[in-house]
Amino acid sequence: MSGRVRRSGSLNDTGSLPPDADGMPASGTRARTRPHPGGRVPLAVVLVGGAAALFFFALPLAGLLGRAPWSRLVDDVTSPVARDALRLSLICSVCATALAVVFGVPLAWLLARADFRGRALVRALVLLPMVLPPVVGGVALLRAFSRTGLVGEWLYDALGIQFTFHTSGVVLAEAFVAMPFLVLTVEAGLRAIDTRYEDAAATLGAGQWTRFWRVTLRFLAPSLAAGAALAWARALGEFGATITFAGNIQGRTETLPLAVYLQLETNQDLAITLSLVLLAISVAVLVLLRDRWLGALR
Amino acid sequence: MKTDTGLEASVRVQRGALTLAVDFAAGPDQVVVVLGPNGAGKTTLLRVLAGLLAVDSGRVVLDGEVLDDPATGSFVPAERRAIGMLFQDYLLFPFLSARDNVAFGLRSQGIRKANARRRAEEWLARVGLADRAGAKPHELSGGQAQRVALARALVSEPRLLLLDEPLAALDAGARAEIRRELRRHLDAARGTRVLVTHDPVDAAVLGHRLVVLEEGRIVQEGSHRDVSAHPRSRYVADLVGVNLYRGQARRGVVRLAGGGELTVASSEATGEVFATVHPRAVAIHLAPPEGSPRNRWQGRVTDVDTLGDRVRVRIDGPVSVIAEVTPTAAGELGLGPGREVWAAVKATDVVVYPA
Amino acid sequence: MLSGVTVTARRRLGTAMASVLVMALLGGNAASAELRRPRPKLSGTVTVSAASSLTEAFTEIGAKFEKANRAAHITFNFGSSSTLELQIEQGAPADVFASADLTNMDKLLAAGKVASPAILARNQLEIAVKPANPQHVRSIADLANVGVVALCAEAVPCGKYANQILARAGVKIPPDRITRGQDVKATLTAVSAGDADAAIVYVTDVRAAKSSVEGVSIPEAHNTVAVYPIATLIGGSHLKLAKAFVAYVRSSAAQRILERHGFLAP
Repeated sequence: MSGRVRRSGSLNDTGSLPPDADGMPASGTRARTRPHPGGRVPLAVVLVGGAAALFFFALPLAGLLGRAPWSRLVDDVTSPVARDALRLSLICSVCATALAVVFGVPLAWLLARADFRGRALVRALVLLPMVLPPVVGGVALLRAFSRTGLVGEWLYDALGIQFTFHTSGVVLAEAFVAMPFLVLTVEAGLRAIDTRYEDAAATLGAGQWTRFWRVTLRFLAPSLAAGAALAWARALGEFGATITFAGNIQGRTETLPLAVYLQLETNQDLAITLSLVLLAISVAVLVLLRDRWLGALR
Repeated sequence: MKTDTGLEASVRVQRGALTLAVDFAAGPDQVVVVLGPNGAGKTTLLRVLAGLLAVDSGRVVLDGEVLDDPATGSFVPAERRAIGMLFQDYLLFPFLSARDNVAFGLRSQGIRKANARRRAEEWLARVGLADRAGAKPHELSGGQAQRVALARALVSEPRLLLLDEPLAALDAGARAEIRRELRRHLDAARGTRVLVTHDPVDAAVLGHRLVVLEEGRIVQEGSHRDVSAHPRSRYVADLVGVNLYRGQARRGVVRLAGGGELTVASSEATGEVFATVHPRAVAIHLAPPEGSPRNRWQGRVTDVDTLGDRVRVRIDGPVSVIAEVTPTAAGELGLGPGREVWAAVKATDVVVYPA
Repeated sequence: MLSGVTVTARRRLGTAMASVLVMALLGGNAASAELRRPRPKLSGTVTVSAASSLTEAFTEIGAKFEKANRAAHITFNFGSSSTLELQIEQGAPADVFASADLTNMDKLLAAGKVASPAILARNQLEIAVKPANPQHVRSIADLANVGVVALCAEAVPCGKYANQILARAGVKIPPDRITRGQDVKATLTAVSAGDADAAIVYVTDVRAAKSSVEGVSIPEAHNTVAVYPIATLIGGSHLKLAKAFVAYVRSSAAQRILERHGFLAP
């Protein structure tokens, strides 16, 4: 016989055994520990983080605000160029984000859950728009979707669909550059989900779709929101791919970034005003989303 | 056709290093407890029964309905089995209230929200949590969460109830009370009930029939009294707290597999046998003992464990044994590692049964 | 000294000889004049900000210059003249600036960033269309009837020139059929790689694009002449090397290269 008999319990004994759990409320989720406010953050971290906030974010913003033509602001913002650009930017960036979500979530699912050969290759492909210079991305889009492009030719000849020089081209270009952000964030979010909850849902009678809608998506919500916010911000600021693929036509494809660029040389004040508008929208949306929804970015 | 014949499972599954090979039946009249050490395959078995995992070969039939049969290619996934499962971590959906957690299964079956919630609240009342229906899981204590999880598993009146270490996540104080409550609910429930645990106390209190699982195989089955009286593996012997030996019996003497021999009272035992000696039946002497005990040998103390009002002494010798004495005795004899002692066991204290 | 020649004649001869020498040194063939003079080795790196339309020609000229001056290195920064002007105005460290119009150079002159610019070449504009001219563009007037026309942004020189040409020809293209490019190369790409049916770019760009586009010439009456000034920047480093590069650009060797690319003489 080997081993010490450690336990005092036996099958005939109803004495209690040493505690396993620590007595904390057990809800089945890992307790989230929040750092105490004003708690011990190392000085080095404070210095580097503060420097980053200052040099990369605050100073350029201050520069922009300082140069702003406040007296002409209202006139500039309501000028036709500005109104067209603003309208286009908002509509296209939202549509591009929607596209990114509709196509990106299934793709993220494939990358996170499906085991297939060439998965690493697919992931590399997804990262491509992030790595390519945007203008090169625009040229790539032309090769695929212009009227003489690989797919575009058929689309035009058979269905009369043309993306170039149309607002739809802007949406396509923006979705192209924005989707990787969404896919990566959602893939990471999916991997972080404890799949045993989906098992639990299955034992309760929930089929695949129900499990996805009522369980997975609820856990995924913060990552999805964060990914969508990132994608939207990227789409909003896109320049190179848009101007190369969709062109630069006021009212049709001249989004805020394009307008800023073009106005920069003739009418610097207007350019700065438009930049501030871009900034204001982005800040407003990101503040609205806040910690609650951007939990995954925390 | 649904009958009430219970569960018949023949399971052969390979999961990483573990090969699970069990033939297992459970009727709706008993609570079956699967007892075993960690890594034995208990959770894997449960997942197979739940439909979260398919067998490599074998067959699973519940109440006459084939749930899994690779030979015919039929497999019913978890969501279409009439099961209820209580997970070790409960796995309550953190974004739903207790009420909605319990109602989840009903709503997945298509029952309308209001209806489902009403039934959920009934069950929450039954487990004594009517006032916590709106609480989120992180607001509940361990015991409360366990009860919500139980209600969630039972609300749809499953034909097969599976419980995975239902009390493991609770602290000692809550455990006894909740174990008693769980026993009540289990007794009241209908259908086949299979509970998996590594805690022998759970097995004793909650189960009618015990199945001991070790390294993917069933080592022993029976009522807990049978099992504890006649352990057939080191694991069970350790749980019970007896010395276990295996050897060949012939004319009142058992020649032990590990060397040495024991004289036993029964001369009828022959062939391969198990022999158990309760630690309390081992007497320790400092000098060669005289007297009636047939079994005596010299050995050396290797370990001394004080457990409250008893002391367990491990003695190595021709027959290694663990003896149990009072702390006073241990003190008087000066028992410590290295001490040379004599152990004595009466032949009548050796329990022998066929292997 | 020559005897028998009057002092006056001697003086006149001396002056004439001196003049010839001076003219030989300064005027005409600057490169051969340089070869005659012993010169110190040129070294260092200069940054040349040049209009996009000069890309191919300047790259070749730069290579030739580096070959003749092994220790010297030229870094090019090509872009629309208006963007480059903006960069320099805001303090970008360029040593040489070559613009596609006088306006941008004048702005820098007024800002005190450059001194004494010289003309390095001239250029004219052309309509670029897809190979085989599928839309049958024959003149400026046809531009009003094709799908989308690519023009440079209005602040960019070639955009201004295009506006002038359209005005002169009395042609108005509907605004929703004009796409504005950030520089002349990007504008041309809209035709060569994109779906624009035509673009107004420089003659030199059409030539540089080889078979990816075809050119349709603009009649002299409507066409404009683009004048390309070049200057060294005040306060730039390696002024000697910068001046040498500017001088080289105006030399016959470089001028031949420019001509080959389609530029007109300054």
